[in-house]
Amino acid sequence: MINASLPELRRALDARQISAVELAGLFLDRIDALNPALNAFITVDREGALAAAHTADQRIAAGSAGPLTGIPLAHKDVFCTEGVLTTCGSKMLANFVSPYDAHVVSLLKAAGAVSLGKANMDEFAMGSSNESSYYGAVKNPWNPERIPGGSSGGSAAAVAARLAPIATGTDTGGSVRQPASYCGITGIKPTYGLVSRYGMIAYASSLDQGGAFGASAEDCALLLSAMTGFDERDSTSLERPTEDYAAALAGPASTRPLEGLTIGLPREFFAEGMADDVRATIDAAIAQYRALGATTVEVSLPNARLAIPAYYVIAPAECSSNLSRFDGVRYGHRAADYGDLADMYAKSRAEGFGAEVKRRILVGTYVLSHGYYDAYYLQAQRLRRLIAQDFQAALQHCDLIAGPTTPTTAWALGEKADDPVQMYLSDIYTIAVNLAGLPGLSHPAGFGADGLPVGLQLIGDYFAESRLLNAAHRFQQATDWHTHRPACAA
Amino acid sequence: MSRSDWEVVIGLEVHAQLNTASKIFSGASTAFGAEPNRQASAVDIALPGVLPVLNRGAVERAIRFGLAIGAHVAEKSVFARKNYFYPDLPKGYQISQMDLPVVVGGAITIRVGEGESGYEKTVRLTRAHLEEDAGKSLHEDFHGMTGIDLNRAGTPLLEIVSEPDMRSSAEAVAYARALHALVRWIDICDGNMQEGSFRCDANVSVRRKGAAEFGTRREIKNLNSFRFLQQAIDYEVQWQIDTLEDGGRVQQATVLFDPDTGETRMMRSKEDAHDYRYFPDPDLLPLMIAPEWKARVQAEMPELPGAMKARFMDAWGLSAYDATTLTASKEVADFYQATVSATGASLATQLPKLCANWVMGDLAARINKAELDVSASPVSPAQLAGLVARIADNTISNAIGKKVFEALWNGEGATADEVIERQGLKQVTDTGAIEAMIDEVLAANQKSVEEFRAGKEKAFNALVGQVMKASKGKASPAQVNELLRKKLGA
Repeated sequence: MINASLPELRRALDARQISAVELAGLFLDRIDALNPALNAFITVDREGALAAAHTADQRIAAGSAGPLTGIPLAHKDVFCTEGVLTTCGSKMLANFVSPYDAHVVSLLKAAGAVSLGKANMDEFAMGSSNESSYYGAVKNPWNPERIPGGSSGGSAAAVAARLAPIATGTDTGGSVRQPASYCGITGIKPTYGLVSRYGMIAYASSLDQGGAFGASAEDCALLLSAMTGFDERDSTSLERPTEDYAAALAGPASTRPLEGLTIGLPREFFAEGMADDVRATIDAAIAQYRALGATTVEVSLPNARLAIPAYYVIAPAECSSNLSRFDGVRYGHRAADYGDLADMYAKSRAEGFGAEVKRRILVGTYVLSHGYYDAYYLQAQRLRRLIAQDFQAALQHCDLIAGPTTPTTAWALGEKADDPVQMYLSDIYTIAVNLAGLPGLSHPAGFGADGLPVGLQLIGDYFAESRLLNAAHRFQQATDWHTHRPACAA
Repeated sequence: MSRSDWEVVIGLEVHAQLNTASKIFSGASTAFGAEPNRQASAVDIALPGVLPVLNRGAVERAIRFGLAIGAHVAEKSVFARKNYFYPDLPKGYQISQMDLPVVVGGAITIRVGEGESGYEKTVRLTRAHLEEDAGKSLHEDFHGMTGIDLNRAGTPLLEIVSEPDMRSSAEAVAYARALHALVRWIDICDGNMQEGSFRCDANVSVRRKGAAEFGTRREIKNLNSFRFLQQAIDYEVQWQIDTLEDGGRVQQATVLFDPDTGETRMMRSKEDAHDYRYFPDPDLLPLMIAPEWKARVQAEMPELPGAMKARFMDAWGLSAYDATTLTASKEVADFYQATVSATGASLATQLPKLCANWVMGDLAARINKAELDVSASPVSPAQLAGLVARIADNTISNAIGKKVFEALWNGEGATADEVIERQGLKQVTDTGAIEAMIDEVLAANQKSVEEFRAGKEKAFNALVGQVMKASKGKASPAQVNELLRKKLGA
């Protein structure tokens, strides 16, 4: 049951082979048993989960269940949850209980999904390894010596270890796709503006986007369908009809289901920088796509190499402002002893924020300062436009873009902890997608030399979520990489 | 050197609180005077995850202002974050507009001084932009601590910036008054200065007459009455002249005016100025104002004071002075127009002037004495119109009219007709009755008759007075005059 797909769980619940309360209990027990070692959850809400599951059972009994009614899930701790601790991975919010639900949380509640608790994450979603969490690093379920990726490392590890069948995440520079890749699961970041950011604690507002984790594209499609939709409380939310991504996956069986699909392979993604084992895995997966009927063409993203420098100006600039509200005045951490107001600010923030958050606030403050703004912030915005134009030009020649999600498999805990730039480079293939606001998906494509998962990234044009999910789904119908499980979930 | 060797240069920044029912970026009420923090929503207190949504009512008011002053209403303007830490600024930044404000340019014509020495002047405006207000810090009553009231946080403001076109405190006050009247006239601000709905900052500098460059300015913050504005500028101007004449230098600074001492004192120097690190707010899309929106606001715009003044002169034959006085405020203009229209159309050609005399004369005097707003006048426009009509048709004299007005003011009758009837004030027009009174007066005042016949015109006036007295003021002075001359054979 723990490895069942969402459609299988749906059938089991509807057929009363298992109740939602029993299903929640099953996953809660796994969390109790495995979380001490994995540290994928910051908060486990057994009581709330069982109450929600009970309500779901009533809905199922009444015949009014939807696709997610009674399905357990984990929320990244960046989403505000009414009455349940929301820490954002920070000491700053160690005591913060939100009085309201994030839009995504309320949508999933309304769908009858059962939240098991709050998944660990890099502090304020800043990090690529989940080591910046105040609540400790998350371990990769495939190898506890390795990082799970970040910033949504807890969500990805939870799904990979089957502590939850699905999980929410957020992706600002790769924070859904990169941990999905490292943990051997599927993750999708939709078009910017598709998932409301209301109640999602902001890191870099113009890049942040909610996303979905599941074992398969199909599970992601079911979750994403319930997360999207216009929200008038988010001015960047897009006013367009919601799509049923899962329904769109159903198509006639065919040996060449991707006939007619053109996949672009960016020359720059396949140049130096990619580890050999990753390259071999990606090449094989691309060959599989061709076998399914897709054709491939080489495309170019000449400015993609500028994505990391542009990102590390824009994201810190926005975060330096977004995190100003954490001042110890109204909620969150306030230093116990302080002199005057400035001292209270300084001590509360010095104590409440970790090193990576402070680093980005300092960088952001610097690049927005008088005399530096044009050279850094405006210049980065220009690069951002060029990068977006690159994608549009490339997508003239193809329907989707494919490549590696990350240059290597998951590295060892602590390995890059003292070298932030090396850490930042792990997002080299994912960051440009956020800068352009495009949808991206990572799905398991095989394993590297160290036995750790390798992810393949698919990038589409705006609102091409269905196309991405459909391509990945066809790949997964023809392969079994997404069914491999780490030992703890075997 | 004397005062007359110096030229004063003043520019004003006015913060007008827009009279929307809810805040600029949240749905919380803007009503004044609630218990602290009862009108502060999750957005206003900047809980983690909340987002701003622009109140279109605030934009509409900005458009109205721009159109009223003949400014350019920008098709695209941008909200920017002004970053600084203060306990009553919950987000750690204020959402304002910097590079691209909603209103650019425009001008206001002011009248400075009264009577012969009065003159008109046009003050140019630089810009007007939308922004949110901060909360309030309450430093008293908290035993060494500071109370924070966030009810005001997020209240919409229009910051209206003038060019440095004013050359005296009198001009600055005339401009502030004209602006104050205008924002109330177009109903975008209640203008309540005690409650802080209309606050002025004055940038003041002095230079030797004929100098090409402006002197160094100091900004006087937060002047919340016209009297303080005048006092503060006068003090500041003298201080700057004294400083310069003593060989000192004026340093750019922000100063506060102390109404108790009548002095300005330095708050912070230029060196202490914040670097606000402005950048476009990524939570808000650029504000786009389509031509259709502008056209609709234009169509709903009330007649502006300038146009109304011209109409009063052209159509109703009022003098420039009368027309200016009657359009000095929306309330007076409304009252005057209601009075004229209540007199009915048949007598319209002669009544507007008579109505003007009454509104500007007896009514204004009584209103001022009672310290009432004209809209709260116990004598309604309809009542005043009834009174004016009876004077116009000779039912009563102007002198009796004053009696009737007093009676109406004191509630001694519902209409002028009722008062006239009840108190028997109707003018005596019966020739026989007046002749009888004249005969009595002539018989009793033989001495005056002889003096008149001897050529003393004064004696004639005395006789008229006696007849009027005998009629208890009810006879028409013109008729008495005519009949008396006939009797005396003059």
